[in-house]
Amino acid sequence: MADRPVPVVEKRLMDVKLGELGSWLGGRDFTPNGILQAIRRGHDRYYNKYINVKKGGIGGVAMLLVGYVAISYLWEYDHISEILTI
Amino acid sequence: MLSVGQLKTHHSFSVEFVISRCFAGFSRETSLRLCRRARRGRNKKQGARRSNNSASQPSVMLSRLIVVSVNSLKGCGPIGAGLVHASRSLHTSPQSLAPLPPLPEKGGKVRHGIFPEELFQLLYPKTGVTGPYMLGTGLILYMLSKEIYVINHETFAAASIGTAIIYGVKKFGPTVANLADKINEEKVAKAQEVKDVAISSLTQAIDDEKKEQWRVEGRSMLFDAKRNNVAMLLETNYRERLHMVTNEVKRRLDYQIALQNLHHRLEQEHMINWVEKNVISSITPQQEKESIAKCITDLKVLAKATQARAAA
Repeated sequence: MADRPVPVVEKRLMDVKLGELGSWLGGRDFTPNGILQAIRRGHDRYYNKYINVKKGGIGGVAMLLVGYVAISYLWEYDHISEILTI
Repeated sequence: MLSVGQLKTHHSFSVEFVISRCFAGFSRETSLRLCRRARRGRNKKQGARRSNNSASQPSVMLSRLIVVSVNSLKGCGPIGAGLVHASRSLHTSPQSLAPLPPLPEKGGKVRHGIFPEELFQLLYPKTGVTGPYMLGTGLILYMLSKEIYVINHETFAAASIGTAIIYGVKKFGPTVANLADKINEEKVAKAQEVKDVAISSLTQAIDDEKKEQWRVEGRSMLFDAKRNNVAMLLETNYRERLHMVTNEVKRRLDYQIALQNLHHRLEQEHMINWVEKNVISSITPQQEKESIAKCITDLKVLAKATQARAAA
C-alpha cells in the first residue's frame, strides 16, 4: 500500500526492510528525551494490552516477573558462574 | 463531542499510540509500577487515562499519526494482529473523547502464564503446533548443557518457589478472579447508580418544567376567571347600593306622604269637632225641647203605623 512515500525512519521495526535497517537505526531519536519517549511508548503498549483490561489474567504480571528474574540472572551471571571455575 | 466519522478515524489512529504515546507524566508511570501487582489487571484507572492529553507537540506527532495509521494495518504479521487488541484511543487533540470507549474485555492471550500467544502464532506457519515447544526444549537443553544456566542451590529454591506459585495460582486463581470481578462490578454499579440517580432526577426536573410550562398556558383562563369574579363583585356592590338608595328614597317619600295624611286628618277632625261644637252650642234649650217633643210625636206616629200594619 505504498501509495505515499514514507520516510524510512518513521516506519515500524517490522516494516523496515533489512537493507534499510542501518538508516532506520541512524534516524531514530536517541536523545534522552527520545529514549524516555520510547520507554513510555513501550510501557503504554504493554500496559494497555495486558493490564488495563476488564478481565486481565496472570499473564500481565507474570511476564514482567519472569522478565525480571531473567534480567537479574543475566546481571548476576558473572557471580553465579564463579562456581564453574574453581 | 466527536462525531461518528471522527470516532472512526480515531480508531484507525488507535494503533499509533505505539509511536507517539509520549504525553503522560512520569508520576503516573511510577505509581503504576508500584501498584501493578496489587491490581493484577482487574482494576482500570479511567481517571488516569484522561490525563493523557497532548498539550505538547501535537503537530509533530500528528504527522507521525498520519504516517503510521497508513501503515498500521498492513502486513505487520503477528505483531499487528496482536496490536489489534490494544485499540485504545489517543488524546492527540485538545478535546477529550468523552464518553471514553470501554476497556477491552480480555487482555492479550498468554500461554502457560508467561508466553505471549504471538510467539506461537509467529512460529505456526513454519513449524506447526509443536514448534515453540521444541524451541523451548531445545533452548533449555542448550542452556543446561553449556552451563549458561548454572544449577546450584538457587535452582532448588527457584523450583520450590515455582511449584508453590503454580499450585497457588491454579488452586486459588478463579476465586481471586471472581473476587476481583465482584469488586469491580460493585464499583461500576455504584457509579452507574449515581449516574442513574442523576439522570432520573434530571428527567424529573424536565417533566416538572414541562408541567410548569403547560400551567403557564392556563394563565389566561385564570385571569378570565378573576376578571369575572371582580366584575361580579362590582355588580353586586352596585346593586346593593342601588337597593339602598331606592329604599331610602322610598322611606323619605313615605314619610312625606304620612305627614300629609296626618295633616289632612288633623284638619278634618279639627273641623268636624269645631262644627259639632258650634252646632251643639247653637242648639238653644228651647229648640232642644221642641225637637225632642217632635221626635216623640214622630215616634208615636210610627208606632201606630207599625201596629196597624202588624194588625192588618
